[in-house]
Amino acid sequence: MTVADIIFYLFATLAVLAALGVVGSRNPVHSVLFLVLTFFSTAGLFVLIGAEFLAAVLVMVYMGAVAILFLFVVMMLDVDFARLRRESVRYLPLGLTVGFVMFVELGFMVAHHHWDKAVSGLDTVNNTLAIGQVLYTRYLYPFEVASLILLVALIGAVALTHRERKRVHRQDIAKQLARTKEDAVELRKVASGEGA
Amino acid sequence: MADFLKMVHEVGVGFFGPLLWSLVWVVIKVVLLLAPVLFIVTYITLAERKVIGAMQVRPGPNRVGFFGVLQPLADAVKLIFKETILPIKADKGLFILAPLLTLVPALLSWAVVPFSPELVLANINIGVLYLLAISSLGAYGIIMAGWSSNSRYAFLGAMRSVAQMVSYEVSMGFTLIPVILITGSLNLVDVVEHQKTWWNVIPLAPMFFIYFISVVAETNRTPFDLPEAEPELVAGFFTEYSAMSAGLFLMGEYANIVLVSFLGALVFLGGWLPPVSILGFIPGLVWLGLKAGFLMFVFLWIRATFPRYRYDQLMRLGWKVFLPLSLFWIFLTGLVLQLTQGVRGG
Repeated sequence: MTVADIIFYLFATLAVLAALGVVGSRNPVHSVLFLVLTFFSTAGLFVLIGAEFLAAVLVMVYMGAVAILFLFVVMMLDVDFARLRRESVRYLPLGLTVGFVMFVELGFMVAHHHWDKAVSGLDTVNNTLAIGQVLYTRYLYPFEVASLILLVALIGAVALTHRERKRVHRQDIAKQLARTKEDAVELRKVASGEGA
Repeated sequence: MADFLKMVHEVGVGFFGPLLWSLVWVVIKVVLLLAPVLFIVTYITLAERKVIGAMQVRPGPNRVGFFGVLQPLADAVKLIFKETILPIKADKGLFILAPLLTLVPALLSWAVVPFSPELVLANINIGVLYLLAISSLGAYGIIMAGWSSNSRYAFLGAMRSVAQMVSYEVSMGFTLIPVILITGSLNLVDVVEHQKTWWNVIPLAPMFFIYFISVVAETNRTPFDLPEAEPELVAGFFTEYSAMSAGLFLMGEYANIVLVSFLGALVFLGGWLPPVSILGFIPGLVWLGLKAGFLMFVFLWIRATFPRYRYDQLMRLGWKVFLPLSLFWIFLTGLVLQLTQGVRGG
């Protein structure tokens, strides 16, 4: 057993335990934090197979941004945790079905995919460069389409939630910055005892 | 030096066996790296009080030791011996974990920081990405602290702080992309070596300023220290923390300041390269220290000079000023590179 093996089993166990924690936690905030731990251990596994670019992106995007937003939402929600737990059994069949379908898909992939021929001609040690070269040449169109879909989702979310509100005081930054002492302050001489 | 290293290795393998020794050797290297870092972190607190004292025409701490040089140690002893209070309604596990989760990422990042072409713990190809990824984890300690305290002030402080960190991470990351474009590598050693002809700060001066302001905001320092704005939020996310657990948050903050100062010096100010080649006889470590030290001084200088921002001003600056500007600069850099040297990387 080499050091890499020990680290693999460490991260793999951690990933599985954390994933169980996501489902089993009583408190949604703990669930999200366990999810973060799952991401982290997965990133560790990516590093072990030499996909350090993917690992860094996983940490940066999922842990640094997505899960933080999850946490924000879960923390802000006013939910009755006990009721949530009782009702969660109702979603069990649906969850099991989705899990089963994904498991079958995964098995199908493993059985029918030719790993050695996936992307040829990339015998470079620098996998950031390798991913860039494949992503922006061979997979340029899928990549662009995926970004467009994300952009549409982004604009859609804004369009759905934004509403024009009348009679709301807004700050005009340019106006604020253009203010001078002359048009903001008036100095008056007031005789003692005659103010107010 | 090489002979000495070989001897150490032989003794180590003989004593621990090859497998265990490789682990022990890593631990030794980590300790050798972190000891000076923690020393700087300890003494930047004293430097801060001295510098601000000088700027406000007062002596600063001068009672403990000669000119107050033992003050940080006295502070540490005080923090360790004070009682750590656990609020009854706090989520105990997370409450204890949170300060560690702010300090640990700040220390983890040092693994890829090179001090000279050879002196680097892990010379990995994705150095810059690793730094960005690890620094994005710092937010978890803060959000966990705010939530687990079960206190309104702490919660509001954490919300503000995390929103601020997430926002400014974006512009900080974007200021580094032109550098990566120019270098054509994410390796920090390559980034520095590529600045032989001129430092990155010359073609990328606006990016350097945006980088610096962003990291001031990301480390929650004045004038962007809204998370702990004491008139409104008591002490922000660490309101409920006491003794060494609060001390760990402060250590995390200072460790981050030291880290981003070193990163700024490496990425924009030529790292260990001397400003003119005649001065090359001075060791690179000294140059790196001087440049990073200067940036740390600017941190303290800013704190003594500027009043606090308003929160909406802070968000506007991050999203509506820095983000478009740095995006524009990325496109500009790409265009210039394309016109001058054609497509890179084949």
